[in-house]
Amino acid sequence: MRRRIEDLAAISLIWGGAGMTILFLVWMLWHILSNGLSHVSWEFISSAYTTVGEVSGIFSMIVSTLYMVVLSISIAAPIGIMTALYLTEYAKPGSKLVKVIRFCTESLAGIPSIIYGLFGMTFFVVTLGLGFSILSGALTLAILILPVIIRTTEEALIAVPQAYREASYGLGSSRIYTIWRVILPSAMPGIVTAVILSTGRIIGESAPVFLTAGMVTRIPESVLDSGRTLTVHLYKLTQELFTVNEWNQAYATATVLIFLVLAINLLTKLIASRFNKASY
Amino acid sequence: MNQAIAAPAHEFELKNSQLLDALSQSAHRVDWAGRFFNFLFLLSALIGVLSVVTIGYFLVQEGLPAIQFAGLGNFLLGTAWYPPALYGIGAMIVASVVSALGAVIIGVPVALLTAIFLAEVAPKWLANVIRPAVELLAGIPSVVYGFFGLVIIVPAIESTFNIPAGSTVLAAIIVLAVMILPTVITITETSIRAIPKTYKEGSYALGASPMFTIFKVMLPAARSGILAGIVLGVARAVGETMAIIMVMGNSPAMPGSLLDSARSLTANIALEMSYATGIHASSLYSTGIVLLIFVMLLNATLLVLNRKRVK
Repeated sequence: MRRRIEDLAAISLIWGGAGMTILFLVWMLWHILSNGLSHVSWEFISSAYTTVGEVSGIFSMIVSTLYMVVLSISIAAPIGIMTALYLTEYAKPGSKLVKVIRFCTESLAGIPSIIYGLFGMTFFVVTLGLGFSILSGALTLAILILPVIIRTTEEALIAVPQAYREASYGLGSSRIYTIWRVILPSAMPGIVTAVILSTGRIIGESAPVFLTAGMVTRIPESVLDSGRTLTVHLYKLTQELFTVNEWNQAYATATVLIFLVLAINLLTKLIASRFNKASY
Repeated sequence: MNQAIAAPAHEFELKNSQLLDALSQSAHRVDWAGRFFNFLFLLSALIGVLSVVTIGYFLVQEGLPAIQFAGLGNFLLGTAWYPPALYGIGAMIVASVVSALGAVIIGVPVALLTAIFLAEVAPKWLANVIRPAVELLAGIPSVVYGFFGLVIIVPAIESTFNIPAGSTVLAAIIVLAVMILPTVITITETSIRAIPKTYKEGSYALGASPMFTIFKVMLPAARSGILAGIVLGVARAVGETMAIIMVMGNSPAMPGSLLDSARSLTANIALEMSYATGIHASSLYSTGIVLLIFVMLLNATLLVLNRKRVK
């Protein structure tokens, strides 16, 4: 009898724990969406941010975020993919160099993002003289997402069957031709996943972004202009929540961010399921 | 988790390189294109190494003047933060450690139970609903957590404890506890699933109930994996910046209780970096060094745990 009660207590604890996790997520989503959804309109998305006019939107923040994503990924993806290629296709396994590269990549993954902000501000903004700009921000974020790209690409490369390589070499292809025509195409879903995961990371970061790209609310005209991303915008909005309009803008911005994250998660799932279906 | 994929990776590399060695032995003429790409890819791989070295160099170079100015003891243990005269980050170290530990104390039990639910208890369809939800929790930007904390948790603390300002250590603990859930849940679930089936079958054969098996057999067997998850959770909590800034009040004084405002190491950097100059700026880099040492200690623990797990 005592054992029965203990079992019952244990199982209800487990259900309760899982319930709490879900409850919190649902509560947070419901609170933000129910307050924000009604204020997300085409006008809100397509108008510039203003503190004086009637309609104040987030268009310039969307443009800045887009700039940041495209630029960071076009810097980090080639480097990350080539690093993964070096580690899986070129390097002698177990060599000291490989160990050092691995160790450094893992270290990069462990550094808190605020440290990247600190570094980016000294190195890119001041030392290299790029100023508070999209470019400084993108360079900083490129280092931040490098570990994600390297690790995910590496897994994809390892998953390419060894027989593909043997067959390609057997036909007399060179190593680079094999990589370009055989290995990269079959690892493509993994590489795309790496890029999408990094996109999520870039959209979500805030501390290293405002320390390197600044907070100017104008639409950046070039990559050397300062720009304010969506997350930084939400942070700034929460510091001045006085009028109803400001509250609404904050909720609406949070709603847009949640939808972006949802879209990214769905996209990753979609690619993963197609990837699993593909048979070797 | 890294270690788990590293083992087969190594085996794979061995095979692949043997194949390529055989290939290069058969070719007698110098393959310039091959060498060029080898060099190019090596160069890319070194960018990561270069980044780590440069970051470390800049932190130390920029951070040392402030430590020299204040003295290491005063800097670490001093509780007075009055730039440009006094630089003591003792209160911030306490705030960072307490908020991370508090988050672990609240968050880890919930995360463990959720992981057990996903791995052992939940019907398949329910697990397939909850798992993406946990992933969503992991993807939500920290400013959104901070915003939620600001509009819900901070006012709730104000009314529950009847205090004028709800931006407190407690608010930070609650927000961080939720933020570490996905990390701990995912890693714990993976390590519970990695336990050999025979453990469970053996326990059942001895007449143990499913619950007894979970708590007395499965959890102890998955211990090092669970610990790794917890360490990663602590690292996430210590490194978190924006969510904490938004809910902890940011007063640089030593917090007297959980219902006081406090400032974390990360918040100190983010808040003052944009206008600090001279020794003041340097002191923020030293704050970064202290933060990095914390994270490195956690990573070292993780390395030891992973090595144990592989054995």
